[in-house]
Amino acid sequence: MEMNEYLDVFIEESKEHIQSLNDQILELEKDPTNIDIVNEIFRSAHTLKGMSATMGFQDLADLTHKLENVLDGVRNDKLTLNTEIIDVIFNAVDDLEAMVLDIIEGGEGKKDVSKLVNQLQAIENGDFKNDSSIEGQKTEQPEQKVTQATKSETQLDQFELTVLEQSKESGFNNYEITVELQESTLLKAARVYMVFEILEQVGEVIKSTPTVTELEDENFDYEFTVILVSKEDNDAIQQKIMKVSEIEKVTVLDFAIENQQTETSQETKKSSEEAAEQSSTAPAEKSNSDQNKESSKGQMASKTIRVNIDRLDALMNLFEELVIDRGRLEQISSSLRNNELQETVEHMTRISGDLQNIILNMRMVPIDQVFNRFPRMVRQLAKDLNKKIDLQVYGAETELDRTVIDEIGDPLVHLIRNALDHGIEMPEERVKKGKPEEGVLKLNAYHSGNHVFIEISDNGAGIDRDKVIEKAIKNNVITREQAASYSDQQVYQLIMESGFSTADQISDISGRGVGLDVVKNTIESLGGNITIQSTLNEGSMFSIQLPLTLSIISVMLTEVENEKYAIPLSSIIETAIVHKKDIMRAHNKQVIDFRGKVVPLVSLKNVFSVPGDREEDDYYSVVIIRQGDKMAGLIVDTFIGQQEVVLKSLGNYLSDIFAISGATILGDGQVALIVDTNALIK
Amino acid sequence: MADVTTDYIKSIVFQLNDEEYAMPVDLVGSIERMMHITRIPGAPSFVKGVLNLRGVVTPILDLRERFGFDEQEETDSTRTIIIHHNNMDVGLIVDAAYDVIDIPKEKIEPAPEVVGSVQIEYIDGVAKLDDRLLILLNIDKILANESITNLSEAKG
Repeated sequence: MEMNEYLDVFIEESKEHIQSLNDQILELEKDPTNIDIVNEIFRSAHTLKGMSATMGFQDLADLTHKLENVLDGVRNDKLTLNTEIIDVIFNAVDDLEAMVLDIIEGGEGKKDVSKLVNQLQAIENGDFKNDSSIEGQKTEQPEQKVTQATKSETQLDQFELTVLEQSKESGFNNYEITVELQESTLLKAARVYMVFEILEQVGEVIKSTPTVTELEDENFDYEFTVILVSKEDNDAIQQKIMKVSEIEKVTVLDFAIENQQTETSQETKKSSEEAAEQSSTAPAEKSNSDQNKESSKGQMASKTIRVNIDRLDALMNLFEELVIDRGRLEQISSSLRNNELQETVEHMTRISGDLQNIILNMRMVPIDQVFNRFPRMVRQLAKDLNKKIDLQVYGAETELDRTVIDEIGDPLVHLIRNALDHGIEMPEERVKKGKPEEGVLKLNAYHSGNHVFIEISDNGAGIDRDKVIEKAIKNNVITREQAASYSDQQVYQLIMESGFSTADQISDISGRGVGLDVVKNTIESLGGNITIQSTLNEGSMFSIQLPLTLSIISVMLTEVENEKYAIPLSSIIETAIVHKKDIMRAHNKQVIDFRGKVVPLVSLKNVFSVPGDREEDDYYSVVIIRQGDKMAGLIVDTFIGQQEVVLKSLGNYLSDIFAISGATILGDGQVALIVDTNALIK
Repeated sequence: MADVTTDYIKSIVFQLNDEEYAMPVDLVGSIERMMHITRIPGAPSFVKGVLNLRGVVTPILDLRERFGFDEQEETDSTRTIIIHHNNMDVGLIVDAAYDVIDIPKEKIEPAPEVVGSVQIEYIDGVAKLDDRLLILLNIDKILANESITNLSEAKG
């Protein structure tokens, strides 16, 4: 049961580490020689390994362990990175992710990782060819021949040699220990394990012949040899090992390195320890110095605690009620005119205003949470499509409400796939057009007013107006007559109509029938909108506008007869007072001339059949609203004012009311309805 | 609908048009005095609107309207019974709500052809207790799809 407590933490942290692995490996691919990045990756892999081993997820630990070995090789210049190796590393990270997902879903995080482990092993051994059929190669390929002082069977690679040299320099002794088990031994692996236990206590095992895996599988006769780094002397080690029963003979010899290597590694101590881990089964205990290094890294991160989002939601709900009560108190105090009461209420109002800011901010998360999975995706897509893509991400730190973040991921994925598949051309084609081979996909997020903008732009083919129109006519989205009068913007909007796909061929990447209309719907349901700009052969830009938060919005409160309606500020251009004589009629509809544009008028009283018969005066109060490039004027009786309100749904029972997107509770406890301006414009 | 494990159905008794109705108490969230109701344009006539029930926007149905009774002015005894059913919170306006009683199962009879003036489809059965006649309402029918379908039609 106690484990459950840690499981959440484990899952959260694993996710973070895997994400960091993904990010860093992508970085590394761009800059394969940057040892800092390798160190960063190593650190994440190492922590992940430790955590999963502690939690008992052995497959996870094994895979990370191998990954770590490869990284260590890279770090110590033993390996040179190339795309194949990075691919394998990515695959490994994918598998890690899959295992963590399995754990999240209550599984045991088990997965057959042997193929990857073998591949990693092969890389580690330095003879990796991009051949998926590589079977576990247990025998190590020597890179450097070593002349041993005693036996010559043990061959060490350069890295192990370096470790040995360095440990020698720091005052350790290198031993070659040969242990012979009695022929009657039943559980050879168990004995080997006990021997290793002892060896781990006195020093670090650098290498063993046969390998640890073979020893564990009892895949040896009765003798094995290990290379040990230790401060203890010969006899002590021998005696300690002899304490294990069923041991026939132990020979401890000094191990001399003749082939002096000149390479040095930056972190002598650390690498010698981690090298030890490479060949030992149980993760070696970390020395204090190492731990300090890691913990000091951890402290540099900001101080945070994890809070379940449900609790934040509950807090938000409670606060909303407080806001409503605050409104009531304000009314009461202003009618009672009691000084003390007024002062107290004013103070409370200020405090709760601050509180509101804090609570709203707590729910804000950087959009990086969504963006961070894109580099990986783009890399993969670019490979699949044989295109060259440079993904540029700007404004990943832009913050958005958690609820928006959760919803925006899929639409963005869709748009990116779309841009890669339909937007950016094949390299040859790009060259023909005189553009650089590599296409640029730009993701940009920024705040503006009460909105967040996310732009996805590419410098690809752009949208072909004629092609879009042809397709739209063919698919009965519009008629040929309509098409002629359409502006470019309107034509681009067509590609987001349902039943539309511009790709000539249906590919795996996008255009599987579910089109951009889904994207458009999702974004509109979030209270945002999407616009397209495009120039043929120069590229397109999809711009998404989203509200900062879904739960609190700014509205203009208006009154129609005795009913109050809230119009979201985001869709209002301005308010105007229009004289009756300025109202014209066109197509039997009321229109006004608003700054040179003909804007149709909609009477809220009629739309909502509001009862009452207030006398019409000569002036109309009009709220000019906009949706895309269409506008409309809503006639109301009076403007009450601008207000921040908490958005509430009408509940399941009233799920589909025309032109009403929700409700809000006003200061006096009454419910006001929020007008869905999009529905009124169409 | 009713609780099958006991022999009694604990029910709230309320009054509508001088007749007594009952519904299982476990459906009922609370009984409220009348509050300000905001009209919902385009909703069917029996949906009076929504009110703010401690921060939750709750739709309110007028049972008189639903059953086709004459309209009546609100009185001091008019109540809104908030029920929670199928993940929906809905309030029902009744003339009065005053009693909680146990209705023995065997006392429940299927609705006769003519009972009171409520259309038969909204009725689960009737129970005769001493000299009282209680009409058991079928909440499913009252809230049923038909009403929601009406809503969607009304929106046009």
